[in-house]
Amino acid sequence: MGTLLVNKPGSLTTVQDLGRPGFGAMGISPSGAADPVSLRIGNRLVGNSENAAALEMTLLGGEFQFSEDALIAVTGSDFGATADGAGLALNAAASVRANQSVKFGPTKSGARCYLCVQGGITVPQLSGSRSTHLLSGLGGHEGRALKKGDILPIGDVSRSVRQRKISPKLWSELAPRKMLRVTEGPQWPNFSDSMKQRFLAQKYAITEEANRMGIRLQGDTLDMSLTGEMISEGVSLGAIQMPPSGQPIILFVEQQTTGGYPKIANVIAADLASVGQLRPRDEIRFELVTMEAARKLFLKQETILASSELIEE
Amino acid sequence: MTPHLRENFRFQAASDQSLLVYFGEKISIETHRRIVRFLKLLEAKRLNALQNIHPAYCSVLVKFDALKFTHSEIESLLTPYLARLEDVKLSEPRVRKIPVCYGGEFGPDIVEVASLRKIAVEEVIRLHSSAEYTVYFLGFVPGFAYLGGLPEQLTTPRLDVPQKKVPAGSVAIGGGQTGVYPVSTPGGWRLIGQTPLKLFRPDAQEQSFLAIGDEVRFEPITKEKFAELAEA
Repeated sequence: MGTLLVNKPGSLTTVQDLGRPGFGAMGISPSGAADPVSLRIGNRLVGNSENAAALEMTLLGGEFQFSEDALIAVTGSDFGATADGAGLALNAAASVRANQSVKFGPTKSGARCYLCVQGGITVPQLSGSRSTHLLSGLGGHEGRALKKGDILPIGDVSRSVRQRKISPKLWSELAPRKMLRVTEGPQWPNFSDSMKQRFLAQKYAITEEANRMGIRLQGDTLDMSLTGEMISEGVSLGAIQMPPSGQPIILFVEQQTTGGYPKIANVIAADLASVGQLRPRDEIRFELVTMEAARKLFLKQETILASSELIEE
Repeated sequence: MTPHLRENFRFQAASDQSLLVYFGEKISIETHRRIVRFLKLLEAKRLNALQNIHPAYCSVLVKFDALKFTHSEIESLLTPYLARLEDVKLSEPRVRKIPVCYGGEFGPDIVEVASLRKIAVEEVIRLHSSAEYTVYFLGFVPGFAYLGGLPEQLTTPRLDVPQKKVPAGSVAIGGGQTGVYPVSTPGGWRLIGQTPLKLFRPDAQEQSFLAIGDEVRFEPITKEKFAELAEA
């Protein structure tokens, strides 16, 4: 069985698959890849099941070595990946030899980059998932971000796969967006018409406080003095809550499972992967869509992700 | 849906892949018990359409696969469960005691809570530690118990700007609610004390010290006792 050695961890690198749903009643959010679209594409490129675990890097990537020859795919944002100095194309499978140095640098585009390997990262499963939940110290590699010297197991490779890449045409339909589509949140009626209009009209900047738990935004302050307090309730992934400060917070993959701030809107399922690519100082806007429109966009995204034409031999 | 059910429940879409079921509009032990009954029914007869369940004071949020189901289909699947709540028998609650060192460095906001409510700090401690609480649900972060039963005299508004880092074990008040932070996390409640107990252990068989439906009491302890228990 091959292994992956961490020579440099980068700023925040964790083992992630598609998450561990089903523990909401204990207060544990599913975690999982912040940009699941990129993880799924990477896994398809190397012939893994879509839910295989990979490395998720954040803003600044690390340096890694494989103990045996490996087929890898780098997806998500461009972190300037190289193998022994030779550039590795994004969204394409590539062979690397044993002990070559696979290096990543600072991001040139969005917040997260994925290193997928054929066979997957096979740290032990916890409740059916290999995802790291940093806040609770659950799952992944010892429940934490990777450190220099960590050695991770790689699954046995059962079949050979030819070199593959992503169809540029279909990728353009999956690429991360800065105009995030939202549906009305459960407390939408509690906000005044002028607050709703301002929320939808203005640009919001991503602040430095953007992580796997949530993303704080900065824009023109909404006056929350008349909106009142509410009883804490379950919050969904992508909920946009409005605390008394009047500056919104998008709840993300390691989110709190319940909360007491009113939710003005919720990012639609099809745009959640885009949230995973937002980095500090990016500017975003929100566009309101109906539940029916959101559902159609989600179905369309899934159709593209499942399409055989997405991957070109 | 029957008119009887209509009076007792309200469905509200929360996102394109989740639905809130409201069991009432106020925090009460009756509403809580109906939620516990609902969870017991779901435990006894799993509904595979549901991928995640988040109970809270007056509501349960359910996450579903939006590629397969619409909100109204989920409502139809849940309605037979909601109609059978009165059939469920609840057992006696387990009692859990939580030692707390109130005030000082452990509870930096206790002075403000006292002054907002125009009572002495000692009175805040006496009121908080003499009440009997019920674990209404676990939520927010792993193992965080939302407790019902906070004396009305201790109700204090949440902080306008949540704190970026609340220490693990902090005992806090937010509005009419109280709870203990099991892990260090951002938080918007006012800190009145801290427990040396570890309420969430990722490596333990029973990860959370508290479970939905438990009865909880807080016992004031000294700094010395805190240090002793923290080392144990």
